[in-house]
Amino acid sequence: MTEQQQADLRHDEVTAGTTTGLAAPSVDVTSARQNSLWSDASRDLRRNPLFWIGVVLGFGFLLMAVFPQLFARGADPRECSLSKSNQPPSADAWFGFDQQGCDYLANVVYGARNSLIIGLLAVVVVLVLGVVVGALSGFFSGAVDSLLSRITDIFYAIPFILGAIVILRSGILGRGVVAVAVALAVFGWMTAMRLVRSQVIAVKGSDYVAAARAMGASSLRILVRHILPNAVAPVLVYATITIGVLIAAEATLTFLGVGLQRPAISWGLQIEAGQSLLRTAPHLVFFPSLILTLTVMAFVMMGDALRDALDPRQRA
Amino acid sequence: MGRYIARRLLLTIPVLIGASFLIFALVYALPGDPIRALGGDRPLAPAVVAQLRDEFNLNDPLWLQYVKYMGDLLQGDFGTDFRGRPVLDTVERTLPVTIRLTIVAIAFEAVIGIVAGVLAGIRRNGFLDNVVLVSSTLVVSIPILVLGFVAQFVFGLQFGWFPIAGIQEGWYSYLLPGLVLAAGSLAYVARLTRTSVAENLRADFVRTAKAKGLPRRTVVVRHTLRNSLIPVVTFIGADIGTLMGGAIVTETVFNLPGLGRAVFDAIQGQEGAVVVGIVTLMVFFFVFFNLAVDVLYAVLDPRIRYD
Repeated sequence: MTEQQQADLRHDEVTAGTTTGLAAPSVDVTSARQNSLWSDASRDLRRNPLFWIGVVLGFGFLLMAVFPQLFARGADPRECSLSKSNQPPSADAWFGFDQQGCDYLANVVYGARNSLIIGLLAVVVVLVLGVVVGALSGFFSGAVDSLLSRITDIFYAIPFILGAIVILRSGILGRGVVAVAVALAVFGWMTAMRLVRSQVIAVKGSDYVAAARAMGASSLRILVRHILPNAVAPVLVYATITIGVLIAAEATLTFLGVGLQRPAISWGLQIEAGQSLLRTAPHLVFFPSLILTLTVMAFVMMGDALRDALDPRQRA
Repeated sequence: MGRYIARRLLLTIPVLIGASFLIFALVYALPGDPIRALGGDRPLAPAVVAQLRDEFNLNDPLWLQYVKYMGDLLQGDFGTDFRGRPVLDTVERTLPVTIRLTIVAIAFEAVIGIVAGVLAGIRRNGFLDNVVLVSSTLVVSIPILVLGFVAQFVFGLQFGWFPIAGIQEGWYSYLLPGLVLAAGSLAYVARLTRTSVAENLRADFVRTAKAKGLPRRTVVVRHTLRNSLIPVVTFIGADIGTLMGGAIVTETVFNLPGLGRAVFDAIQGQEGAVVVGIVTLMVFFFVFFNLAVDVLYAVLDPRIRYD
């Protein structure tokens, strides 16, 4: 098809009101530049202050996880002296000292790495499970869909944290960072699956899929090349927010004693150790909680901004 | 409608079986021998161990144990823990705590969430709208664990308004944990209401109501709110099912002896029968409230028909 023909077709579609893209036909056909869903979205994003707050927070967290020594002000998290036990924050030690007399700023900063690894690893597993199961379910419908949907319902009905606790305690995943990430993903992929499934079903009936099929494309090719790219927007939003949720869930599991174990450095462990000293040394719970919250907030804000930018209905 | 309910009820059976089997298998895989642990420092006599293993069907393969367990469960027998206490006793002791906590949380969620959402929705992009948007983002971002400690520290220790642990003061001691438990859903309810109200205010029937000269109050309350609240009510309904099973963290932070705490302790103590019994109950609540909500949806919104 020549460019002229393509433009004609697009024009026909717009006038007939049968555009098959996900975005509303905000396309100015006569202008040379076409506003795609993504270019509109990135313009919206760059104007959204909440997005930038999220990006800055997220970038700070990333930096902290990769280069903790930049933030620790020269203190070593494992270098402790009991004489400083539970000292409150001061000009020298901004976050004070923990019960063993270790510099708390260094400990909190070094806790970021495990959170980041678990959050990213778990979200990748969630996406793989969710996209594969959801795409198969939505694309093949019928018996495959029924079976996969029932399996999803089963996992959905078990409380998230509870399922992760049982699977971690059972020991079949072992212990450590990977085990925690996988446990979170095993009981956390269902929403992604449902999102992908409904997107695939929505896109499946469109003309360009029929056209691809008419040209003899295989099911796999149609699914991977034509359907999934058009179903990706809501999944991207979901994944961004979910990283934050998973990081919070890791801290929770570790707090409950089934996640990471000492001598690992983790915000969950710090909060757990500090909770009994809430009365006398509140800074022990406060600082890891604060950094944990800011981290989760970074991903929630970025996800929210992404959704506003990608949802054509919100566009004025 | 009757056929729809029947079909949905049938669909819940594989979910209940699958979820309870999944948990059963995971509990089966828990390391260590619970019977040996029962003896503590003094090992039990081999004959006693053998008899106990037999009594709790521990020598059967996994699937047979599960079938026997389910057979008993269907006759109303939840079994006993390894010390001989009936699982139902544990449920009877802890379920009221969880129910009270859920009631308080749902009340907060419905009242504060809907009021905030309506105020935000009727003046979209106004001052209140932005306050609600920003504060709901904040609340959603605070992990429930952190929120629990902040609430304990500020309202319990600093101001001394609420007890920070236990249930000695009746309903009063549920207020703080209830609010903490509700926070996330509360923010979601506010957003849902806001979007729904704002969307409905642009609907044709609202314009008609305005055009025929109805006072603004009537337009908002009678015509907009009623329609806007349908998705909100259904979300809150489904949330009851979620809250009944998801309060482990809140119950731990505030030291409430509810279902979540009981199941967590049972996991730590490898009390398989207790874990599976309570989780099955939680799954049942979840499935039941979701089904109830779907039926409610059709009742509230005549445009929706299940055939």
